[in-house]
Amino acid sequence: MAKPLLQFNDRGIYCEAGDFYIDPWKPVDYAVITHAHSDHARWGHKHYLAHKLSERVLRYRLGEILLDTLEYGETVVHKGVKISFYPAGHVIGSAQVRVEFRGEVWVVSGDYKLEDDGVCIPFEPVRCHTFISECTFGMPVYKWRDPAEIHEDINNWWKRNSGEGRTTFIAGYSLGKAQRILQHLDPSVGKIFLHGVIANTHDALAQNGIELMSAERITVETPRDEIRKGIVLCPPSAAGSPWMRKFSPYSFGYCSGWMALRGAKRRLAADRGFILSDHADWPGLIKAIDATGCECVCLTHGYTASFSRYLREKGYNAHEAHTFYGEEEDEALPGETKKEGEI
Amino acid sequence: MRDFAQLFSDLDETNKTNEKISILKDYFISVADEDKIHTLALFTGRKPRRQINSTLIKQWAIEMADIPQWLFEESYQVVGDLGETIALLLPANEGTQDRSLAAWIIEINELGKLSEEERREWLKSSWSVLDSQERFVFNKILTGSFRVGVSQNLIVKALSEISGLEPATLTHRIMGNWEPQHFSFHELLQEQDVSDDISRPYPFCLAYAIQETSDQTKNAGQMEEALGEPGQWQAEWKWDGIRAQAIHRDGQIFIWTRGEDLATDKFPELHPFLTNLPSGTVLDGEAICFTDGRPMPFNILQTRIGRKNLSKKILAESPMVFIAYDCLEFAGDDIRSMPLQHRRSVLEMLHERSDRKDIFRLSPVVPFENWQELYDLRLKARENQAEGFMLKRKDSVYQTGRKRGDWWKWKVDPLSIDAVMIYAQKGHGRRADLYTDYTFAVWDGDKLVPFAKAYSGLTDQEIRKVDNYVKRNTLEKFGPVRTVKPELVFEIGFEGINRSSRHKSGVALRFPRILRWRHDKKIGEADTIEILKAMLPE
Repeated sequence: MAKPLLQFNDRGIYCEAGDFYIDPWKPVDYAVITHAHSDHARWGHKHYLAHKLSERVLRYRLGEILLDTLEYGETVVHKGVKISFYPAGHVIGSAQVRVEFRGEVWVVSGDYKLEDDGVCIPFEPVRCHTFISECTFGMPVYKWRDPAEIHEDINNWWKRNSGEGRTTFIAGYSLGKAQRILQHLDPSVGKIFLHGVIANTHDALAQNGIELMSAERITVETPRDEIRKGIVLCPPSAAGSPWMRKFSPYSFGYCSGWMALRGAKRRLAADRGFILSDHADWPGLIKAIDATGCECVCLTHGYTASFSRYLREKGYNAHEAHTFYGEEEDEALPGETKKEGEI
Repeated sequence: MRDFAQLFSDLDETNKTNEKISILKDYFISVADEDKIHTLALFTGRKPRRQINSTLIKQWAIEMADIPQWLFEESYQVVGDLGETIALLLPANEGTQDRSLAAWIIEINELGKLSEEERREWLKSSWSVLDSQERFVFNKILTGSFRVGVSQNLIVKALSEISGLEPATLTHRIMGNWEPQHFSFHELLQEQDVSDDISRPYPFCLAYAIQETSDQTKNAGQMEEALGEPGQWQAEWKWDGIRAQAIHRDGQIFIWTRGEDLATDKFPELHPFLTNLPSGTVLDGEAICFTDGRPMPFNILQTRIGRKNLSKKILAESPMVFIAYDCLEFAGDDIRSMPLQHRRSVLEMLHERSDRKDIFRLSPVVPFENWQELYDLRLKARENQAEGFMLKRKDSVYQTGRKRGDWWKWKVDPLSIDAVMIYAQKGHGRRADLYTDYTFAVWDGDKLVPFAKAYSGLTDQEIRKVDNYVKRNTLEKFGPVRTVKPELVFEIGFEGINRSSRHKSGVALRFPRILRWRHDKKIGEADTIEILKAMLPE
C-alpha cells in the first residue's frame, strides 16, 4: 500500500510527497499554517504559508518571518502537491487546508466552528477522502445555545453593571473571541475599551483591512473614571491582576465553550461565564464530518478517544492522532496558559 | 419550579456573598410560602425520599438521549454530576410547565404508588416540559443529591435580614426533625418559637484549627502569643469518634450526629444512661468505641458505622461509650449562654449522679501550667488514641456554628510518607473533567504497592499540571481509572495507620491527603512498605 498522503510524525502533520508540514510544533523548512493561534502557528520555521488575513497578526506575533499568503479557494502547487485554503470559521484568517496529490484529497480542519459569528468568513465544507479534524468539544454534553442570546446576555450584564456602578471586564482571547465580542456589544450602553494586548492584535488586523467597531486602547493617560463607566475587553490572563483590581468594584465575565459545565465555571471563579465558543459543538462536529463525504476521519485534539469510538460505531473509519494542539492558547482557561502578552 | 431553577442559575452567576444573600432575599420575598419552606428544606438537606433509583433514571435518560450507554458514562465522567449530565444530554424540551416547586415535590413523593412503567412515563413526560436549567434542578431533587453552592449560613443570613430574627435563633429553629409538609414558613419566622419538636438538637459549636497547616506548627511561645494566659483555657483531648448530641426530654431520647442525622438506633449502648438522666438534658460529646479503659482505633468505629444491622458480634467487637464534654440544656433550660466553667460543673454533677459511668464518661480536663507542658503532652496524643487537644476558653458561651476565638483544635502533626502516584481518576463538582483523585504507592522490593487514595492538598495550579501529566502519560485505562507512568512523588500525610486485611498493602490509613509535591525526588527515593509498616501501633 502506498504511504498516506499526510502522516503524523514528531514534528507535525507531514506531507512526504510535497515535503511540507501543516501546523508543525517543531521547526521545519516549510510550514502551512491553518490559523494564527500559538498552538498552531509556532516560531522558528524557515518558510510559512498562511491565509492572507492572517498575515499581519502572524508577523506581529512571530516577528520577521518568510511568509506567503493565499486567498480562500486559491491553489498553489508545492513540489507537485496542490495546496488550497477554505474558510474554517474559527477566527479571522483561519483556514482548512486542502491537499491534493494524484487525485487523492485530504483536508486538515485546523480549528473550526459552523455558526456564522459575524466576524470571520463562515465555515465551508470541503469534499475529501480523509478529514483530519479537531474535536475540542467532542462530547454530546456540549451543545451551544444560539450565540445571539449569549450576546444579548453580555449586553444586559454590562448594562446592569454600569447601572450599579461596577466596571465591566470581559475576557476572551485576543484573536477570535475579542473581535466576536466587540462586534456584538451595544455601543449605546457605554464606551468600549481594549486592553493593550487586544489593541495590538486589532491594529494588526486593521493593517490587513479588517474593520472593527471602534474602541479605545487603554493607556496610562486614559482617565480611570471613564474606564469605570465602560466595558473593557481583556485577555484571560488579566483576570484578578493588580491592574484589574485598580478598577474595583468590578464584574469579570469570561467567554468560553467550557462555561457550558458548572464545574468549569466554578473553578474559574469569574463572576459570569458566557458559553461562547469558536469551536464546533457535538452536533457541529458530526455535521461537518458528514458534509465532507470522507472515508476516513482522523482526530487530532479534544475528546479524541470517545469521539473516534462513537464515529466508528456509526460506521466511519475513525482514529486518533497524537498532536500538541489545543494546549496553549485558545480554549485553555486563564491561569492554564502562559501570559498571552508574552509572545 | 421555574423560580427555583432561576434562583439556582442566579446564585451560580455570582461569587460574591452579598449578592448571593440579596438573590436569596428576593427569592424568599417573591415566591409563595409553600415554595419558601420547600426551598429551605432542600437547602438544609431535607430532600424528598428517592422514589426512582439512579440506575433507572440513567437508563431512561439514555433512551431519551439516544446515545450508547458507554458514551453516557463517559459524559458523566466529564461533567462530574449525574443530574447535570442528564440535563445536558436530553434533547431540547417540547413544551413548558408552570407548576410550583411544592407541587412538583408532592408529585415526586407520590411516585411510590406508581408502577415502574408509569414512573418511566411520568419521568419522560416531565423531562420533555422542563428546560435545561429546570431539568438540572429537578434531577438533583429526584436523585436526592441536593448539594448546592450555598452554605446554610447564607440562607440563615438572608432569612434573618427578612425577619429581623437573630441568625443563631434561626439556625436553631431549622434544626431537627421538621418536614416541609408540616412546618410553615410563617411558623418559622414568628417572634416566639412555636415548635413543639422535642427531638430538636442545638446547632453544634465548632472550632477552627489553631495552626492552619502542618507546615506552620506553633511552638509554645506562639501559642502564648495567640491565646494568652494558659489559666484562661481548658484543655481536653480531641477524641476521634463521632460528634454527637444526646437528648433526653419527656421520657424520650434522641441522639443526633454532627451531620444532623438522627442516629439514636445506631448507639443502643447509650440508651440506658440517657434514659436515666433527668428530663430536659442535652449533652454534647463523642460517641466512640472503647474498651479496657481506652478508645479503640477509628477503623473499628468505621466498620461498625458501615453496618446496617448491629449484630451481637459487632456490638461485642466494638462496644461504644459516650465521652461527654458539654451540657447545653439542664432541667429543660437552654444554658448555652452560661460560661463553660458553669456548664462543666453541671455536667460533672450529672455524671456524678449517673449509675452508668462505664458508658457515660467525662472527657477529662487535662491540667497544664504552661503552653510548653501542653505542647510536649500533645506529641503523645496518638498513644492516647486522640487527634490532639481541644482548647476552650473557660468563660466562653456555647457558640452557634464555627466561630473564631473561643474554641480551638490543636491537632498533632500528621504522620507522613513519600509515595509515587500510580493511578488517577477524574473528580466531581468543581473538579469535573480534571484528574484530581489519585492512588499512591510505596516500594515493596522492586514493585510499587498501592496503599492510599488522596484527593486533597494540591493547589488548583498543581492540579492542572498533574492533570496534564496524567493525560500525557497514561499507560492503561480501566473504565474511569488510568494507570499512570510512575514518575511523580508526593508527600502523603495521614492521621493514623492500622492493619487491614482488606487492603493489598496490609494497612489502612486515616484521612490521607497530599502534603506537598516532591519535585525534588525521583521515584527511587520514595519510601518503602517497611517504613510504612513501622508506623503501625505496637
